[in-house]
Amino acid sequence: MDLRDSPAEAEFRARFRTWLAANNPGLPVSSTDDEYWARQAEWHTALYDAGFFGLSWPKRFGGQELPTVFDVILDDELTAAGAPPRPSLGYLVQGIGTHGSEAIQQRFLPGLISGRDRWCQGFSEPDAGSDLAALRTTATRDGDEYVIHGHKIWTSYSDVADWCILLARTDPDVPKHKGLSAFAVPMRQPGIEQRPLRMINGITTEFGQVLFDGARVAAENMIGAPGEGWRVAMTIVSHEREPGELGYVARYAKMVAELEQAVRADPDAFRSDQREAVAWAHVQAEMLRLHVCRRLSERLDHIDHGPGGSIDKLLMTWVEQAVGAAALAVSGTSAVADADDLGLKVYLYSRAQSVMGGTSQIQKNIIATRILGLPTS
Amino acid sequence: MDARDTPEQAELRRTARQLARELRPRTVVELDDAVRRKRLGGAVRDAGWLELRHDGGEGAPLAGGVEAAIIADALGESVADVPFAGPVLAADLARRAGASAAGGAVVGFARDLLGPERVTGATTGAAIYAVDCEGESPTTVYVLCPEAGGFRLAQVQVVGGGDGARGGTDLTRAIRTIPAGAPVRDVREATRLVTRADLDAWAALGLALTTADLIGVMRGALDLSVAYAKERKQYGVAIGSFQAVQHLLAEARCLLEGAFSVSLNASWSVDELASGEAQMAGRVAKAYAARAARTVCETAVQVHGGMGNTWDCLVHVYLRRALLSTQWFGDDGEQLRRLQQTRLGAA
Repeated sequence: MDLRDSPAEAEFRARFRTWLAANNPGLPVSSTDDEYWARQAEWHTALYDAGFFGLSWPKRFGGQELPTVFDVILDDELTAAGAPPRPSLGYLVQGIGTHGSEAIQQRFLPGLISGRDRWCQGFSEPDAGSDLAALRTTATRDGDEYVIHGHKIWTSYSDVADWCILLARTDPDVPKHKGLSAFAVPMRQPGIEQRPLRMINGITTEFGQVLFDGARVAAENMIGAPGEGWRVAMTIVSHEREPGELGYVARYAKMVAELEQAVRADPDAFRSDQREAVAWAHVQAEMLRLHVCRRLSERLDHIDHGPGGSIDKLLMTWVEQAVGAAALAVSGTSAVADADDLGLKVYLYSRAQSVMGGTSQIQKNIIATRILGLPTS
Repeated sequence: MDARDTPEQAELRRTARQLARELRPRTVVELDDAVRRKRLGGAVRDAGWLELRHDGGEGAPLAGGVEAAIIADALGESVADVPFAGPVLAADLARRAGASAAGGAVVGFARDLLGPERVTGATTGAAIYAVDCEGESPTTVYVLCPEAGGFRLAQVQVVGGGDGARGGTDLTRAIRTIPAGAPVRDVREATRLVTRADLDAWAALGLALTTADLIGVMRGALDLSVAYAKERKQYGVAIGSFQAVQHLLAEARCLLEGAFSVSLNASWSVDELASGEAQMAGRVAKAYAARAARTVCETAVQVHGGMGNTWDCLVHVYLRRALLSTQWFGDDGEQLRRLQQTRLGAA
């Protein structure tokens, strides 16, 4: 074990720190402000163009082929600079990289990684949440194309997306998990209607509903084989549960740093329980930083955790909700007097973390049966 | 940057776990098996683990904080009833004073268990606690005497046996209470004063070792509980098939994983970072692990149902051990209070 930088890591850190000092876009926290999402695409391409995104991915798709732990350095420095976290799309890269043909990978990964193409993920439906395999959106073969009908929800950034990785039923006559296929669907075409969702903290640009009514996708845009959709989805969601893939360490650390700054300005203005909530949020955020460092170190041995992503997801959820609770505690009465209070927004948004990407209850089911080996009832 | 064990550390982890599992108490009754306990003590001594923090040359310890934490974790997992952290911490403190610790020596802690008792006269002023000491034999207990520029290492000699030798809440590690008025003597070999930075670094080791013990205790208690949930039947099925039970155990597993990740930084920092930073890493890890261990051990009791609340069920042995490791060098509340002072400027 050695948590110090190697010479190559130290050189990378210094180079990134210098770049960041001149290129920090100074965006607000993602979960509290629509401005973040309006300018997130710029941030993605700026990072990529400077060689600071997609660090561990293959060079032929625009990555840097660096060891996985370089992402820890990226998160550290983003945190220290108070910069926005790295874009959260590693799980899509994993999904397409694991299941897509070479042609699919060459066609889609470079644009996804560089940020030139914007992507969203069409999995959940109003009647298929935790029971994702019950989804009813259909893709029906018509010559060289499939025609899509259905209703997707919780489709993050669908309104700005060029592509959607869509899960649809291609065979209604087989058991529900076996009749699904995954597609890369172009989003700028007729037959697609966007309906933004307003979340409990007021933000409107993150989540949307998407209605497909006769939209079309070329058969060659299928990711994996017909009927492989469930496995594609499981690869994506298991990585979507990993904070190392999401870059959330920097997000939480930035929020904690801002809370600490607020308290440090006048510590006596806060009760000890308010301060303790902030100290606990720091402990939680540090835990996650070190947990991600451990997980990304394990990837140096090519260990893929599979259901272990559910452990990481629960840990991440507890961190986000501890940070949310600290933000609410620090805001005190202004959280009720001012509906735009930042601490209130952080708190309200944090409640979604135990639902999105698979509820905490689903994660616990997975851990109990697939990791602890407890019998299914 | 690499959080993985080196091949040597991985081998040490395997060996330590195997040794502890072979010689551990498997039942509450086996805690009284003196033959087994003696074999366990001999095995730990023969492995050289009590000397990890002796001088390995130029004042540096023979082995790092990571190695010491690996052993503490393995012993915690098996609720091994053998002194380890106590003598290792004594050796570390003695080394910092330029001395070599006497066999079986431990540190005499102040009443709050946060650090060595500080003594100004010829005798101790208050009762001191010798934590994780040999129960039956005479014991050297180190205390500190404040001087200009640091602390002089001194000792209290305790005659063995008869004074609640296996006293204390933890049934696997003894705390002996040494009453006020015990004569304090010089440690002749001590050639240096222990500085404040030394004490910070030493406390970082204490935080890392008590945290590692908690990690092991959590893993042991969880393994026991998962096995029990697979065996114990109610309504004709294993209780581990009920979602309510599954979710308790799943949460416990997550807490263990998070605590383990944060503990690695604490043990690595002991010898690699400046004493203040190492102590902060220890405080963060201890705060997380102490809260986690409390929950995991309480879950273990709950999953064992009524039997889990009886003396003869092994789970309370884990809970009791967690209580001592939590208090020793400060519980979660204490760590958070110190973090508030350092990070938030609180009084």
